[in-house]
Amino acid sequence: MKRRRGTMRRERLDRGIKVRTDSVYAVSGWPEMAYLALPRLVLILGLLAAPFIFYFNPYWQRVLSIICIYALLAMSFDFLAHFVGLVSLGGAFFVGVGGYTAALLNTELGLPPLLTIPLATLIGAGLCTLLLLPCLPLRGVYFAIVSLMFPLLASRIIEALNILGGTDGILGVDGFASKWVEQYVLILAVLLVLFGLRRLAGEDIGLVLRGVKDNDQAVKASGLNITTYKAIAVFIASAMGCLAGACLVHLYMWSGISQFALDFSILPIAATVIGGVGSLVGPVLGCLILVPISELLRDFGTLRIAVYAVILTAFIVFRSEGLMLYGSRKYHQFERWVEF
Amino acid sequence: MSQEIVLRVEEVSKAFGGVQALSLVSFSLRRGDVLGIIGPNGSGKTTLVNCITGFVKIDSGRVFFKDREITNRPPHKIADLGVTRTFQVTRPYYSLPAYKNLVVPLFSPRARRTGGWRGGGRLGSRDTVSVDILEEIGFERDSFVPYKMASSLPTGYLKRLELARCLALRPEIILCDEVFSGLSMSEMASMIPLIERLQMDGITLIMIEHRLRELFRVANRVMVLNFGLKLIEGTSEEVMDDPAVKEAYFGSEEVFSYV
Repeated sequence: MKRRRGTMRRERLDRGIKVRTDSVYAVSGWPEMAYLALPRLVLILGLLAAPFIFYFNPYWQRVLSIICIYALLAMSFDFLAHFVGLVSLGGAFFVGVGGYTAALLNTELGLPPLLTIPLATLIGAGLCTLLLLPCLPLRGVYFAIVSLMFPLLASRIIEALNILGGTDGILGVDGFASKWVEQYVLILAVLLVLFGLRRLAGEDIGLVLRGVKDNDQAVKASGLNITTYKAIAVFIASAMGCLAGACLVHLYMWSGISQFALDFSILPIAATVIGGVGSLVGPVLGCLILVPISELLRDFGTLRIAVYAVILTAFIVFRSEGLMLYGSRKYHQFERWVEF
Repeated sequence: MSQEIVLRVEEVSKAFGGVQALSLVSFSLRRGDVLGIIGPNGSGKTTLVNCITGFVKIDSGRVFFKDREITNRPPHKIADLGVTRTFQVTRPYYSLPAYKNLVVPLFSPRARRTGGWRGGGRLGSRDTVSVDILEEIGFERDSFVPYKMASSLPTGYLKRLELARCLALRPEIILCDEVFSGLSMSEMASMIPLIERLQMDGITLIMIEHRLRELFRVANRVMVLNFGLKLIEGTSEEVMDDPAVKEAYFGSEEVFSYV
């Protein structure tokens, strides 16, 4: 219908199937169940099938692994920022700590990747939480600044003291047993973390975390120590970052200062903004778009970053709500132009 | 009314920079008391609540809860003892439905420890317990109201939600910071029985109010603050007859006759 400015307005109607009410699911038949399951199944089956889709293209298989690594980081950022209220720019720190821990466990103790990854996840998360503990009373932009210092500090210390391999990094880290192990470890990690966090957000402890985000004074007045809950949240988020870092190290078979590079802090944030903040799926979607774009833009040579910036800006200006929110609105509601 | 003193405030002072918000304020509360605190704007009423509940650090003076010193302890530890407060500017968790708001206090160590029917876990999930508490405080169970987002609730319900958050902790003392402000006459009228219920349940109340008519219906003692100083403490009649109070707070006889 042709849109006439002034006399028409856009009307939004909920779809007839009412299954979206918070925590109340009125599922009464196959159409409803399919309506609920379809978006989730598309994502799950799509990710699981992706290694086969790129079977004849090892380059894009590797890109898929990188997407998963960034997706873990983006979910970690989204979880901390929009479910706990801690805007962390320290994603690179989590990656670095997890990466170096995995590299050390592998080269010094000779543990295989399938052991170093879970160990590095836990040990790294413990380390990160311990180091961030003094900063937890901070809020908003102050926490963001302090968390940004951590990756910078870590890389400078390694460089200056020439520890942990100095600028050369730790060489000779084992790779994954095969491409399939590499990809499915990462894909399963992304899916587990995604649905696990969504579940956590609805549990009672998740509600406390969301309470800290909405109103930390009221949580204090409820007799809960907010620092404890922030520490739990940081542990969860840094575990995801360390998991990503450990996988990255085994992917590149090398651990170095570049794992503390700010790309690992900033790109996940861009992906979160594009995908839709506070949805956890959004960040994954954002990574599925941003990482391949950045690969495709390699043809532009030095102009790559400029083109990338233009695309990013366009997304933020024209779809500032995020793709996920836009998409779910389109999925759940009809829109039509009506005369008024 | 028992004689047990549950809260004792001794010569509490607090200054914000050059502003003396409280100077040497002392009072004590017996179990079941309802103490009204009145005073002009900026007289230090909310600061007093903040000092007692640990949200603001006291410069000098001491606060006791049942002979146990709670001066300058962290807010969550004071709340854990059962000294709870509401906020003047309501502080719900806007992104959560009303009944999920109560899951947070029900998750606290105090609510788990005190257990019973309100503690959650033993008699159903925290969700069901929170709907019980909300019903008690005036959210109709079978309506949509308890399940609506806190961001879409009107002020009257948000004030009730503040009280419900305190109740979820099974409190000994509730410090109510202007629960009547911003309410319509009918909302206030339905709130008063709730306050009376709390009093009958043996909960000690401190009520900061500007709505004197409603306050005097429930308070058995009234304390007047002015520029951080305690002017007088007594029954509502004693307080109203005091010339210093008329001078400082009401300014003229006309307002007084309204009361």
